[in-house]
Amino acid sequence: MYNQKVLDAFANPQNVGVIENADGEGTVGNATCGDIMKITLKIENDVIVDAKFQTFGCAAAIATSSTATQMVIGMTVEEALKLTNARVVEELEGLPPQKIHCSVLAEEAIKKAIEDYRAKQNNSSVDKSTIEYV
Amino acid sequence: MKIYFDHAATTPCDKRVVDAMIPYFTGEFGNADSQHAYGRETAKAVADAREKIANLIGCKPNELYFTGSGTEADNWALKGAALHNRDKGNRVIISSIEHHAILNAAEWLEKNGFKVTRLPVDKTGLISPSDLEKVIDDKTTVVSVMYVNNEVGTVEPIRELAEIAHRHGALFHSDCVQAIPYMKIDVKELGVDLMSMSGHKFYGPKGIGALYIRNGVKLDKLICGGGQERSQRGGTTNTPLVVGMAKALEIASKEMTANNAFIERLRDRFVDRVLKEIPYVRFNGNKEHRIPSVANFSFEFVEGEGILMLMDFNGIAVSSGSACSSGSLDPSHVLLAMGVPIEVSHGSIRFSFGKDNTMEEVDYTVDKLKETISKLREMSPLFNVKTGGTYNV
Repeated sequence: MYNQKVLDAFANPQNVGVIENADGEGTVGNATCGDIMKITLKIENDVIVDAKFQTFGCAAAIATSSTATQMVIGMTVEEALKLTNARVVEELEGLPPQKIHCSVLAEEAIKKAIEDYRAKQNNSSVDKSTIEYV
Repeated sequence: MKIYFDHAATTPCDKRVVDAMIPYFTGEFGNADSQHAYGRETAKAVADAREKIANLIGCKPNELYFTGSGTEADNWALKGAALHNRDKGNRVIISSIEHHAILNAAEWLEKNGFKVTRLPVDKTGLISPSDLEKVIDDKTTVVSVMYVNNEVGTVEPIRELAEIAHRHGALFHSDCVQAIPYMKIDVKELGVDLMSMSGHKFYGPKGIGALYIRNGVKLDKLICGGGQERSQRGGTTNTPLVVGMAKALEIASKEMTANNAFIERLRDRFVDRVLKEIPYVRFNGNKEHRIPSVANFSFEFVEGEGILMLMDFNGIAVSSGSACSSGSLDPSHVLLAMGVPIEVSHGSIRFSFGKDNTMEEVDYTVDKLKETISKLREMSPLFNVKTGGTYNV
């Protein structure tokens, strides 16, 4: 039921793991529904320089996590916020209809990680400048 | 390597069964209801097959009705009995772990004004006769409980359940689709009024099932048509498949003891190794009342479809009752009824062994399973490699 591109992304997922001291972190979903995705981002000058994921979920959830992290690396946070699940599905050349909802998780996790990044920036702008410039 | 560990889904057709069927596709192709020689030839083959099966399950040939599947037999039994007896009462009792053939037939009855009660099970999937005793009343016309559960292999106490049903004037049906070829079926000894079976679960062909209807029991028909099956089930008799199912049952009965002993050794080795070598795993089922072929496990912190697919990449065919693989969003109703936590139930896999498997296949599968589970756990946000897992996300 999955196309070869999805099968490959699931069999050899990229960017698995957690970035230590990540600039942004987002976890969405819950175990009861059978889908949880955690995305961590490393961001420099508003550009995503690294992204990693951990996913508890079906093959479609793992494939979309892998693909979404690959897509956002190199994007500015503004660009990454505009990444839709439809774009991720397009990159994978389609998912079975009953699996489309799995791809929404990746979009949401990235948005949440960026929100976290922005919240951290606002809260710690003073401290950060101290650390950076002293 | 290609390994098939999904015998509860279907079994390969035995070569001897195929050989028995072949003549009835071409040379002896007649319609068993035709008056001429072609018809008489096939009518004789169908009668012989009916007699053979009847002898093996302990009923009379005129109590056996061929259907297109186990699902059809289940539908006919439940709907047919409920509809025929609706003047007497509108209550139907089933178990909460029935196959969808019964679950969905019961739901259909509910939509058509019947009341359906679903019996609970304990954590091993076992139904307690006292639970039936508690809910049954004089409005109950039919009770349906499977002999063997298809997901976990638990064997239900249907003799006791049938006795309770009869004491309250209700009919008792049992879906025995998963029981054959592992259990000896004698309908009189089991005390059932209605019993469903399915050819492809015991190395016979797909597309053929049968319903035993005890003489004296009346059902409404589902398939209206010609005079086939004593005018109770229309449709041209599928001679090759009928012959094939009879042959398959004959072989299954003869070889049951030897096959069971062998399959049990495979299952035991598999279960022992999995429990010893893979952490955070739960065995789902009953260690005493069970058939030898099924081992169902929940692997915590991972999801079943991923396991199934990685095993498939290694050439190993298994089955997942989990949400994502079946396309439905609900996890296994059987595991949930057994009290398996919903988040754990997502990572469940059924391995079902058969007479043609080998011990090497079992060992290879455990090795690949270990790799698969580790790989998926490394990806799982619920699993911390150092400290074990947590669901507090």
